[in-house]
Amino acid sequence: MSFNTHKLLQKKKKNILELWMKNQLADEGLREDLISNEELRSQSEELINALVGNLSSENFTDLQSEEWSPVIEILGGIAITRARQGFSPRETGNFVFSLKEALLDVLQQEITDDAMTLFKESLKINRLMDNLSVVTFETFIKGREEVILRQTDEITEISTPVIRVWDGILALPIIGTLDSARTQIVMENLLQEIVETGSSIAILDISGVPAVDSLVAQHLIKTVSATRLMGAECIISGIRPEIAQTVVHLGIDLSNIITKATLASALAYAFKVMRLEVRKAAVVGKF
Amino acid sequence: MDKIPILRMGAFLLVTIQVDLYDRLALNLEADLVQMVNKTNAKGVLIDISAVSIVDSFMGRIIGNIASMSRILDAETVVVGMQPAVAITLIELGLPLKGVHTALDMERGMNFLKTMIDVEADDDDQDAADYDSIAE
Repeated sequence: MSFNTHKLLQKKKKNILELWMKNQLADEGLREDLISNEELRSQSEELINALVGNLSSENFTDLQSEEWSPVIEILGGIAITRARQGFSPRETGNFVFSLKEALLDVLQQEITDDAMTLFKESLKINRLMDNLSVVTFETFIKGREEVILRQTDEITEISTPVIRVWDGILALPIIGTLDSARTQIVMENLLQEIVETGSSIAILDISGVPAVDSLVAQHLIKTVSATRLMGAECIISGIRPEIAQTVVHLGIDLSNIITKATLASALAYAFKVMRLEVRKAAVVGKF
Repeated sequence: MDKIPILRMGAFLLVTIQVDLYDRLALNLEADLVQMVNKTNAKGVLIDISAVSIVDSFMGRIIGNIASMSRILDAETVVVGMQPAVAITLIELGLPLKGVHTALDMERGMNFLKTMIDVEADDDDQDAADYDSIAE
């Protein structure tokens, strides 16, 4: 006795699609705000075409075989798009599980007389769809991780701006913790900017750094030394009282680095070094 | 064999390194430069390394050595035009080049040397004046 499930499914492709769409649209987790019904339909149709088209009796449970790669590719594409669009894992999972239901429903309608065959074939479909949902989930999570990585990159990019406060004076406000990777970026940005603008003084403002431990201090010292090697002077400003306390308690030697309490006093010092003077203008009539 | 030219300009010596240094070249430069400082009685040495894109710990040490040697021979050394990548590398190697003066470009380096030498010259004048007043 041989029952060709794949032939049956190929014949009933239309039915499956309709059932699947019905399942999906009936699902209360349907996200019409993220994806339009037409788009959902074309996604589903594409997947079914690939799935049913590649079915054969040999490869039914063997997901490693060549013939499955287009299906996995399409499924992966859908999962990644969904991860980017902000679908929840449950919604993405339901997308595949509702297809399984549709397939099983069709099978049930067709095999009415033989319970044994129905069971066997259902089991096969179950296994296949479970495998496919694992693939979907893997790709979905990969997509989410990509999003997180991109955001991390963006945060580091945003959080290290080099500001030109005066001709020849650069300021670099550091906000958030300084780790090795960030120090590297800060250093590179600062040194590059020094070369581009020909600045001779750089002010490193650490008022936004929540805590300074020996590692952070070491990173700061490195940045200052690198600036000095370039031929510019580096001032560290924005040192809060608590930070001064910790630095001294930790026994970190900052004696050969110019430190100022506020950005304002650092700027005043920079002006003095550059022999610039800021004065109140004499009042001449009305403005 | 390659040789890095050492140019004399008034009381200063100019060294522009236009090629990537390899060890032998750097050692030769070190020897030539101290000879030259001694011969010309230079007061300052300007080393332009803006074209150097690769340094290792050896190169960092040579630059430090040249500066220390020149200082012993009474000439200040200024390293100018270091590239960001080179600066980061030296720091990561733990070679902050203590005692070497640095400047962003040739012009600033030259100005720095001039003020430095002027100050020293003024000091000498002062000493001479003191000596004169004592002699009177």
